[in-house]
Amino acid sequence: MRVQLFGTCMVDSFYPEVGDATVRLLEHFGVEVVFPPGQTCCGQPAFNAGYRNEARGAAEHFLSIFTGNDPIVTPSGSCAAMVKHHYPELLKDDAKLAETSRSAAGRVYEMSQFLVQVLRAHEKVFTGSGKLTYHSSCHLTRILGVREEPLLLISALQGAEFVPMPDAMRCCGFGGMFMAKLPEISCALADEKAESIMATGADTVTGCDSACLMTIADGLQRRGSGIKVKHLVQLLAEGL
Amino acid sequence: MSEEQTSRNFRANSAASIADSSLRAAMKNATDTFGTRRTAAFGAIPDLEALRDKASEVRMQVLDYLPQYLEKFTANATSAGAMVHRAHDAQSAKELIGSILKERGVKMAAKGKSMVSEEIGLNAHLEAAGIEVVETDLGEYIIQLEGETPSHIIVPAIHKNRQQVGRLFADRLGVPYSEDPQVLTKIARKVMREKFLAADAGISGANFAIAESGSLVLFTNEGNGRMVTSVPKLHIAILSVEKLLPSLADLPTFIRLLPRSATGQAITSYVSLITGTRKPGEATGAEELHIVLLDNGRSEILAGECREMLKCIRCGACMNVCPVYRTVGGHAYGWTYPGPMGMVLTTLLTGMEKSYPLVDASTLCGACVDVCPVRIPLVDLILKLRGRRISEGFSSSREKLGMRFFGAAVKNPVIFYWLERVSRLFWPVIQKLSGKNVAGRLPEPSSKPFHRRMP
Repeated sequence: MRVQLFGTCMVDSFYPEVGDATVRLLEHFGVEVVFPPGQTCCGQPAFNAGYRNEARGAAEHFLSIFTGNDPIVTPSGSCAAMVKHHYPELLKDDAKLAETSRSAAGRVYEMSQFLVQVLRAHEKVFTGSGKLTYHSSCHLTRILGVREEPLLLISALQGAEFVPMPDAMRCCGFGGMFMAKLPEISCALADEKAESIMATGADTVTGCDSACLMTIADGLQRRGSGIKVKHLVQLLAEGL
Repeated sequence: MSEEQTSRNFRANSAASIADSSLRAAMKNATDTFGTRRTAAFGAIPDLEALRDKASEVRMQVLDYLPQYLEKFTANATSAGAMVHRAHDAQSAKELIGSILKERGVKMAAKGKSMVSEEIGLNAHLEAAGIEVVETDLGEYIIQLEGETPSHIIVPAIHKNRQQVGRLFADRLGVPYSEDPQVLTKIARKVMREKFLAADAGISGANFAIAESGSLVLFTNEGNGRMVTSVPKLHIAILSVEKLLPSLADLPTFIRLLPRSATGQAITSYVSLITGTRKPGEATGAEELHIVLLDNGRSEILAGECREMLKCIRCGACMNVCPVYRTVGGHAYGWTYPGPMGMVLTTLLTGMEKSYPLVDASTLCGACVDVCPVRIPLVDLILKLRGRRISEGFSSSREKLGMRFFGAAVKNPVIFYWLERVSRLFWPVIQKLSGKNVAGRLPEPSSKPFHRRMP
């Protein structure tokens, strides 16, 4: 099986190790990973701020890079949701692009979704350790509807204890441009999220979106917490 | 609403709220309680999703045929003995109500909870005309004593704790300090009872109006709504035009949804249906009933791309779950309606110029969409309004320039990767320029970005 990997701009700049872990995991399961060159950003910063023309440009570029019929896999629920739900709507007025966007929407997977639904990775055993808690990202959960997949993968981490986080689905405060436009509120939300995490007694918090994990890491750091923050693909790759 | 709209100061308002620890504790406590109760109340409803579909459909049908339903309601309410008035805007509604009261020599009016009356600033208008207005909903009474506006559409004094209410009562009413809610309620009840009996008129809102029967529907818990609408000889009800339901047969859907969404109750203590004036042989009811149907910008919203906002039944569920509202409280939004429904409605009703910073007040998390009983696509509406802010010229030139750059770079990997590299090189400068609360929260960019690790 072959997949196209969409690294995302957050991973490209700030968390390349999440990209590395994604590749390691996919290859471990015998998947050939193609990284289509020239990929940039899915366009959410513009889309979420109301700049539809700029977002449309990002969508057209994405679709010109991710061609063919292979599944598109990305370690971000938010970026997958953008491609799956917002591209077809953004490009609906151009018949050809609308068709292309629907095709991309039909083959895009967030990584935990791909691991469970296609590779059935949750039926394998990974080595885990310590006490884990999980943040359920908004777009992953509410737009993509990915609720169970990350939890199934966490329970495949043998040796790790899972502690649910209170209000796991409450927003971390990132919100894209929101964190820059209303930083006081964004920080207050990150602080509240950090407190929920600290209340679990976990030593590691995980999730499926680097932007949320970044916000969480910042909240924890401001509270002087030593709780580790790791993307789920990192925990799984470490446990191979 | 006696104060000026301050929605443009949303960021400063919210920063002040965040610094107020008792406000934050009160908000967290109350919104958590309502959220938990709502979830528990819907646990017993197996067909919730179908019920929400139905409610959305009924509300949409009303909006699609609003002029016809309004005509039908007016005819039926009139034949039941009510006088139905249409008010185009806030000013004409206030003048109309003021003149009805003046002509009848009313000195004091007892008032039930009405967000529409807050929207038009009715109390201030009547008081300026020499008419005393007494709020009889406990929460409204508390904020009236304090000289504040509601900070939640269902729970107007949600931002206050019982100690604050105790001190307020001791100060203003000269009663001994108590923070026992039962004692405080008893004090308020005693004050209000006297007012009800002395009032020459009752003013109320309405949750719904039934086109087919000409009835008003009120959901209340404290009994004050029933007193206001049935004890004084004169009753004036004010509601916005979109509050109609086609027929009584539609009401059960909303009886099941509204109290559960709002307070987590299976049903409110009182559900009152008022059809016209007191009939011969009836013991209660107003002898004169005026119904004021307020437009105040609704027709314009109805004709635009955000018309689904008018499906709203004012349950407040969206604000209880909104991470932003929970954190900053209702006053930060700077006008009558707060939270997700409020940021959309305020922008639509008062215009972009007075409210443009409000459209940022969402992380787009979608928690509001999860709970809306009539399926208003709030996130989509917020995105539409963000787009409209740009086209109406209220976004900053810095943002527009930044987005133009982004738009060009995102289509061109050479520029995109070059910008990544430049920002890596100048990271300390970027962190400094954007402030510690923005780029200061991001980690340092990697020296070897992912695309350079891939073949």
